[in-house]
Amino acid sequence: MADTLKLELVSPERLLLSEQVEMVLVPGTEGVFGVLPLHAPTLSTLKPGFVDVYQGNAVKERFFVTGGFAEVTPTSCTVLVDEAIPQSNLTAAYTAERMAKAKALLDQATGEEDRKKALAALDAAEFLAQAGPELH
Amino acid sequence: MPSLKDLRVRITSVQSTKKITSAMKMVAASKLRRAQDAAEAARPYAERMERMLGNLAGGAAGRAGAAPMLAGTGKDDVHLVVVMTANRGLCGGFNSNIIRASRVLIRELLATGKTVKILCVGRKGAESLRRDYKDQIVNAFSEFGRKVVVFSEANVVATMITEMFFAGQFDVATMVYARFKSAMTQVVTRQQIIPFPVPAANTAGDAAMVYDYEPSDQEILGELLPRNLAIQVFRAMLENAASEQGAKMTAMDSATRNAGEMINALTMKYNRSRQAMITKELIEIISGAEAL
Repeated sequence: MADTLKLELVSPERLLLSEQVEMVLVPGTEGVFGVLPLHAPTLSTLKPGFVDVYQGNAVKERFFVTGGFAEVTPTSCTVLVDEAIPQSNLTAAYTAERMAKAKALLDQATGEEDRKKALAALDAAEFLAQAGPELH
Repeated sequence: MPSLKDLRVRITSVQSTKKITSAMKMVAASKLRRAQDAAEAARPYAERMERMLGNLAGGAAGRAGAAPMLAGTGKDDVHLVVVMTANRGLCGGFNSNIIRASRVLIRELLATGKTVKILCVGRKGAESLRRDYKDQIVNAFSEFGRKVVVFSEANVVATMITEMFFAGQFDVATMVYARFKSAMTQVVTRQQIIPFPVPAANTAGDAAMVYDYEPSDQEILGELLPRNLAIQVFRAMLENAASEQGAKMTAMDSATRNAGEMINALTMKYNRSRQAMITKELIEIISGAEAL
């Protein structure tokens, strides 16, 4: 039995991660789910949250993602994200900045489409703000 | 016969031209490296996105009520041609190649009785196509990619295309851009983006893999398709940016070489006529002395 699966984390700008891992936690729209080797093939959309990469029974790496898609096959997990930020880059100041930007965006939003985008940005920022205490 | 002074002036002017073209070549070379890196870095995402979409679309395409971005509107009357060019010239045949390919495509479509609408990304294409197809151009972007191509710009273009599509303003969209092969060669490419062409291999080969969909396949497809469009536009813009710099580098390289040759020829001419003048003066002096 395979004991690792191939994880690929890709953002539009670049390939962030491509390696064999033991488990990965993915924030699906309908709930966070863990992916182990031999997982059933799944396609899911993502909501703002953390992608946790497990190696040796511990979280090895953690990325904050704003949304995207995940494709799971028995041997691999491909996560396409809009934006991924490594945990080391997440600070209280960064969260505050994001929040301010999202709010400004919402104020300026005119059309339906703009509003939706701004709300999504705000969602992501709020998630970060709430997760703040466990980060630092 | 130009005077010696004229020749001197011409030589200096060609020399400064050479300096400029060689500087432009250096700039293009360094920009090329950056653009190429960006284009290559964006490839994995686009490829995986295509694969994922292929898997998903294989199952959904045949079904009734499939997403219109995938199945098309069922008509083939109005075509949107997205012409991607550079904002600036001085890059050899880069812009004119793309524009020529676009014209061929537009003529083909018009000849078969289709209605054509044009969307220009990049100033050069808009300027040139405006002469013949003024009424067909629906919009032109000329402020994009000034420094580097960023995703949000591609997104603006993609959103616009999506909105036009859902407003029923066209049935089929095709992109014309230059695919980057190397600094010397750029391949002008036509790519159909709406309806999305499902890779043929995936429709049959991966049928065995049955996916679970969260939330539902229709919803995922609904999100994935516009996203994929943005990615395809983004990729085309990146490829185009790299191609532009490659073409510019090659063009400036040959311009520099031509200037060098011209300087040599002019210098030769200058030396010859100077020598001729000296000889003439000497003959005059000697024959004057002999006459005494």
